[in-house]
Amino acid sequence: MKRTMTCIECPQGCRLEIEADGSRLIGVTGNKCARGGLYARQEIEAPLRTLTTSVLTRGLELKMLPVRTSKPIPKEKLFEAMAAVKLLVITSPVKAGAVIAADFLGLGADLVACRELKKI
Amino acid sequence: MKERELVIVGGGPAGMAAALAARAAGVKDVLLLERDQYLGGILNQCIHPGFGLHYFKTELTGPEYAGRFAGLVREDQGIEVSLSSFVLKLTGKKEISYLRPGALEEVRARAVILATGCRERTREMIHLPGSRPAGVYPAGLAQKMVNLEGWLPGREAVIVGSGDIGLIMARRMALEGITVKAVVEIQKASRGLVRNVVQCLEDFGIPLYLGHRISCIHGRDRVERVSVVEVDEELKDIPGTGFELACDTVLVSVGLIPENELLEMAGARLDPATNSPVAPGVNLTSVPGVFACGNACKVYDLVDSVTRDSELAGRMAAEYLSAGAGLS
Repeated sequence: MKRTMTCIECPQGCRLEIEADGSRLIGVTGNKCARGGLYARQEIEAPLRTLTTSVLTRGLELKMLPVRTSKPIPKEKLFEAMAAVKLLVITSPVKAGAVIAADFLGLGADLVACRELKKI
Repeated sequence: MKERELVIVGGGPAGMAAALAARAAGVKDVLLLERDQYLGGILNQCIHPGFGLHYFKTELTGPEYAGRFAGLVREDQGIEVSLSSFVLKLTGKKEISYLRPGALEEVRARAVILATGCRERTREMIHLPGSRPAGVYPAGLAQKMVNLEGWLPGREAVIVGSGDIGLIMARRMALEGITVKAVVEIQKASRGLVRNVVQCLEDFGIPLYLGHRISCIHGRDRVERVSVVEVDEELKDIPGTGFELACDTVLVSVGLIPENELLEMAGARLDPATNSPVAPGVNLTSVPGVFACGNACKVYDLVDSVTRDSELAGRMAAEYLSAGAGLS
């Protein structure tokens, strides 16, 4: 089956022509770089997204700590991950890149801090 | 009045890049003024990924992108960073008055770089009809509320305009459990990046109404619903196409305009349509020795481009200073 897809790897947004058999990629054209081909394969087989959100803090210089998953997680797990993030409160100072929750939800990705936060 | 070699107004991506590049080009003394309590500017609230693909060849979130520069700026002994410092006045002689906690400071700069960013266009600027209830926010303000303050602006939202901030906020609100009813765009194509239409709207099943406009916001104290109508090629309403969407929140994402009050005070010419400085080239203004970079110069799509052009502004200021100009 042929279909089109927009690559979201970078702001160029290449329009990809995809040939796929269910969740098996047969061919892809229209990508201007190698990342587009990899994106198309991943998107057909099991779509992944990096989750970015912010976590409540207490006693730190900002009310919210921006966080991200260390690598993309399955798209269908985004809302489950958001529900788990809402249960977290950060009370200790963190450095940028610090792991907030290792192997978050058992998805193989860590939840990491995107910035430094000190005590008030 | 104390004399400084180079004063940069604004500690966001443009100001930080200009400061570092000016230092690298031989400027000895840089004063960087930032009105917020932190360096990084608007990047602090842009917690989504997508930054740095060109400049760093890797995908970063806004705070991560800002952090890379903020660390370098803080380490540089030749850059004095003054936070919580609000510039009140700039004269054509490059005299700057600014408030910082506990003091009103006045300095004379040999060169000035304005890296003051931009503001959001508001509901009033696009003539969005209807009543004036609570619940109508510029998209970037809502972004600050959600990402920095931890507040949700409402429960059911409609977004006016398909600029990138609006698209990013559609996803952000959807993730936070707000029902995003629609993004309504009067033009026939999205104004934002196509990747944002895909990953922010299609991923979450949020409808994008192209060629539609909000014809009325309803509600007395709080937004209750909006009327939407399809428009033709001349942007005139097409009769019989109207429908209503119940919502308690309307986000307005209809573009940005450079913030250049200081430049205007200094007597520089601004383009009345775009609010950009009228000048023969990027980063220049009509006042010698006063430069404008980043979104204060023109509104950019990518922060990577802001960094690149602002580094150039830093070098331009260094060249101006090394020619002996600006000495009083």
